[in-house]
Amino acid sequence: MIRLEKRPTPSKMWTYLTPIVAVLLTMIAGGLMFAALGKNPVEAIRTIFYDPLFNEQFAAYSRPQLLVKAAPLILIAIGLSLGFRAGVWNIGAEGQYIIGAVVGGGVGLAFYPSGSPLIFPLMIVAGGIGGWAWAMIPGLLRVWFNTSEILVSLLLVYVAEQILASMSLGLMRNPEGGGFPGSRNFQQWDAVANVELIPGTGMHWGVVAAFLAVIGAYVLLAKHVLGYQIRLTGAAPRAARFAGVSPSRLILTCMGISGALAGLAGLFELTGPAGQISIDFNSGYGFTAIIVAFLGRLHPVGILLAGLLMALTYIGGELAQFMLSVPAAAIQAFQGMLLFFLLAVDVLTNYRIRLARTDTKTGAA
Amino acid sequence: MTSASPPLLSIEHLTKAYPGVVANSNVSFAIQPGEVHALLGENGAGKSTLVKMIYGLVKPDSGAMHLMGEPYAPHEPSEARRRGVAMVFQHFSLFEALDVAENITLGMEDPPKRRDLAERIRTVSHEYGLPLDPSRLIGELSAGERQRVEIIRCLLQNPKLLIMDEPTSVLTPQEVDILFTTLRTLSSEGTAILYISHKLEEIRALCDAATVLRLGKVVGECTPRESTAREMAELMVGGSLHTPERAPGAEPGDVLVEMKNLSLPSPTQFGTSLKDVSLQVRSGEVMGIGGVAGNGQDELLSVISGEAPVAPGHLFVDGEDIGPLGPEARRRLGVLTAPEERLGHAAAPDMSLVENAALTAITREKLAKNGFLDWGATRSFAERIIQSFDVRTPNADVAARALSGGNLQKFVIGREVLQKPRVLVVNQPTWGVDAAAAASIRQALLDLAQGGSAVIVISQDLDEIMEVADRFAALNGGKLSAPRLTQGLTIDEIGLMLGGAHDMEKAHAAE
Amino acid sequence: MAGISLELLLAALMVAATPILLAAIGETVVEKSGVLNLGVEGMMITGAICGFAVAVETGSPTLGFLGAALGGAVLSLIFAFLTQVLLSNQVATGLALTLFGLGFSALIGQSYAGVKPPPTGDIDFGPLSDIPFIGPVVFSHDIMVYVGILATAAVWAFLRYTRAGLILKAVGESHDAAHALGYKVVRIRILAIAFGGAMAGLGGAYISLVRVPQWTEGMTAGAGWIALALVVFGAWKPWRVLIGAWLFGGITVLQLNLQAAGIAVPVELLSMSPYLVTILVLVIMSADKRRAALNAPASLGRVFHATS
Repeated sequence: MIRLEKRPTPSKMWTYLTPIVAVLLTMIAGGLMFAALGKNPVEAIRTIFYDPLFNEQFAAYSRPQLLVKAAPLILIAIGLSLGFRAGVWNIGAEGQYIIGAVVGGGVGLAFYPSGSPLIFPLMIVAGGIGGWAWAMIPGLLRVWFNTSEILVSLLLVYVAEQILASMSLGLMRNPEGGGFPGSRNFQQWDAVANVELIPGTGMHWGVVAAFLAVIGAYVLLAKHVLGYQIRLTGAAPRAARFAGVSPSRLILTCMGISGALAGLAGLFELTGPAGQISIDFNSGYGFTAIIVAFLGRLHPVGILLAGLLMALTYIGGELAQFMLSVPAAAIQAFQGMLLFFLLAVDVLTNYRIRLARTDTKTGAA
Repeated sequence: MTSASPPLLSIEHLTKAYPGVVANSNVSFAIQPGEVHALLGENGAGKSTLVKMIYGLVKPDSGAMHLMGEPYAPHEPSEARRRGVAMVFQHFSLFEALDVAENITLGMEDPPKRRDLAERIRTVSHEYGLPLDPSRLIGELSAGERQRVEIIRCLLQNPKLLIMDEPTSVLTPQEVDILFTTLRTLSSEGTAILYISHKLEEIRALCDAATVLRLGKVVGECTPRESTAREMAELMVGGSLHTPERAPGAEPGDVLVEMKNLSLPSPTQFGTSLKDVSLQVRSGEVMGIGGVAGNGQDELLSVISGEAPVAPGHLFVDGEDIGPLGPEARRRLGVLTAPEERLGHAAAPDMSLVENAALTAITREKLAKNGFLDWGATRSFAERIIQSFDVRTPNADVAARALSGGNLQKFVIGREVLQKPRVLVVNQPTWGVDAAAAASIRQALLDLAQGGSAVIVISQDLDEIMEVADRFAALNGGKLSAPRLTQGLTIDEIGLMLGGAHDMEKAHAAE
Repeated sequence: MAGISLELLLAALMVAATPILLAAIGETVVEKSGVLNLGVEGMMITGAICGFAVAVETGSPTLGFLGAALGGAVLSLIFAFLTQVLLSNQVATGLALTLFGLGFSALIGQSYAGVKPPPTGDIDFGPLSDIPFIGPVVFSHDIMVYVGILATAAVWAFLRYTRAGLILKAVGESHDAAHALGYKVVRIRILAIAFGGAMAGLGGAYISLVRVPQWTEGMTAGAGWIALALVVFGAWKPWRVLIGAWLFGGITVLQLNLQAAGIAVPVELLSMSPYLVTILVLVIMSADKRRAALNAPASLGRVFHATS
């Protein structure tokens, strides 16, 4: 029988090792899954993890994509990680991402076709506020009525999707779009297009924002009193109240930050890679970011790396789909598996595994 | 046959080791039928582990047990219960949201039908002078009543051996008397009792034999009636004890803390509401507040710490109304507290001692500038606590949960005392702490009062209160009695202040 | 509201309520044992595809439902292993279950898009179904509708009258006390989790085999989350969960009918109404803190590790 023994102090070594072990285990299990699908597992894993970066044929296209895909994941995951650390479970980032894009895009469209350089910053602010406000709904309901923020934030994703559909079919539909659903294309509107800042890198304003968020979160958690309060609340809620942390204020702060960052991610995606408000504008970044946050061990630098890795699975997945006709859903299952393995090996950080002797019976009398 | 008959339970060379600590090493002793046998030892001496092995919760690494001459190695508690071993836990094994009958059913091997069981609960509980209503929810019961549920649960199974783990810590002196009467009845009926305690006078009053444990080993056996408390204490502690010194007769100063008709409705379903509490504590004074667990101690502390703010007009420090202020604002004014629960309330178990040092000290020790923490200063504060209070730890970076109870308590008390509070409130300052650490904590509290602070010691340990406090008041059902000088106060008087025997007058009178 | 018949509405309500009722009854048992499994959505969608695939391959809806229960239970056992043996965080693991379930089901479901499942027939109640109004509303459904109601009754009786039910509640109330009395906390919880998984699987299969009936990716569309909300709404009491499911089914059916009737309300507003109503109901239920706390299992979501 396996027995778990609590470590007196969490293991530093395993804190760093668990994500790596989890990734390796996922590669093995994923390889088995690909084999079951009738694909060569080694080739599939190589196509996902190696080719996008190093295969001459694809790297030129894939490498810049890495930052493009990673930016929204990192931006959202950083916000979520603050809440997760404090025991505030905002799992509706997908909805906040949508509303951020809708509000930011709406503000922009109100000024169309102005060429003012102020519009883009204004849209960014509006996107952040949109996500923030959408996250405030579960936040305030939790604070006022003790309603589970988990369920409310998640249910609001479905509501946000309906709003998105309504907007792309109605209010924000491109009047010059020939009746097709979807808004004007922001990329074709120079004043607000979120263009690549350094050619060939995929670096756009969203990537800049993601890096700033990583640095900001790092400083917040390591040095600032608010970061200390967040960690304390997550580690021991009662001790946090004793220390003078107001639970309500902390919930609203965490919900607000994560909502605003998700909203920003939505706005940068709208004005950049996506281009327009459409029914299928959201592509699950808000949910994948949950995996990213955990894979990064809720640590800003970890999230940065995890975001890049997860972006790689997206790009490599597309490549595998294209080259080996591995179904897109396999990648989604692959990502889910990664989170399972991570949670499974995480036990090693706080516990030691002992093989208990089967006969602990009494010895000779 | 008397001399040849085997003991009820014999324990032979039991050893149990956990990583880093040997909880029991080669422990042997025997309990005779009908005997009240004391297991005596300090916190951490290994009493709990030993008892858990007898009850089948923990398996020994080596050694053997015999019950009535038969080999006895229970795999799980239900096997122990089937063999006639029952246990009353120190931390109750009860379910608050279930009723008395359901709780009793859960602890029985083959329980009768609910209606029959209810009837039996009523009969047996009256027979032994511990009346119980089977349909009441546990959450609504006092600590003493909860213990009755545990005892009745055991008695319904006609045990041959009844294990009681620190049973009197939740009882008033009068309730202790009733419990002892019950236990003597049981013993005369042939039930053996293994009685675990560190309270020497109780053991002398009740027990026929005693085994003393220290650091996991049997260090002596004695007949309590023939030994003095001092002899047993020295056996238990392994040396002579330092009694805290009180400076003689310093006159208390001005009123520092004042509560006026303070009430606080309970925030939780089964909590206690504070009712109309009034109290004045002067500078230089140690105020002792006694009471049985669950009578409003946590609530009283949270009112003073600021975790549960109250409306203006009820709570003053140095004339300033602090009722609506939060914990941080109160600390700024010099009001510091140390709650009972160390892990999770006074300290965050998974955070390092450095981080835990910042928990209450950011404001007074100026550990933050412009909202940014100064970790260097925090570390030196943590190290100062560790040094001044002799906290045994490899360094300040270990997690709080890695410290023993006594060391963590020294850290928590040290953290507050070193911040030079004007008012310090502590709840159960030496609960679960070994004697040497307890003595140093009490000394620190006395020194603080000596220096002009007002100190409020909330404790369920009456000996502790008598040792450190100048005046004594009792919490009972959320009400605070009028304070009295501790000098000249008798245990019986204190017992009555604590509420006597809760709801038991009738049963008592019926005897 | 001309054009919407009350009789048809009520009959449709029973059908619409069934998937979330099955899942919510399962989750009630899980939560009563002190475990919060947020993976209901993932287990439902897994059940939906497992049931669909088995039914299509064997031609038997009955085997399909069994396969769905098995699929849901197997997935839930991953959750059980992680949370009960490896002591992982229940919230995170539940989310992982949902994310994985969505991907996994989409993967299996690829070859089943556009396929028609074998029909699940209505039970023949004979003359009972000819009773005016009551017949069509009560006695004209397939077996799963009644399984849902029977499961509600069974779980109610189990929790109220049996010793096993009492032990389950005790474990959910205080795992430490239950452990001290010698009950196998982990084993009991794993069984409860597997039951919850099987029930969620059935609920999912009901969507893909009866309600829709076909397979599309992500077709549970939040039903699992609504089932979780129903448990809170029902205050962990089976009959109240049933009422909640009917209420929710009623809103779903009504909004669909309104959409079909072409009423002058935006379609999107109608589509989002079930979610908004769920949120509203959650708020109302949780606002009364004392009542909410009264039935909520005290150990809900807490990690249990036997220290001794």
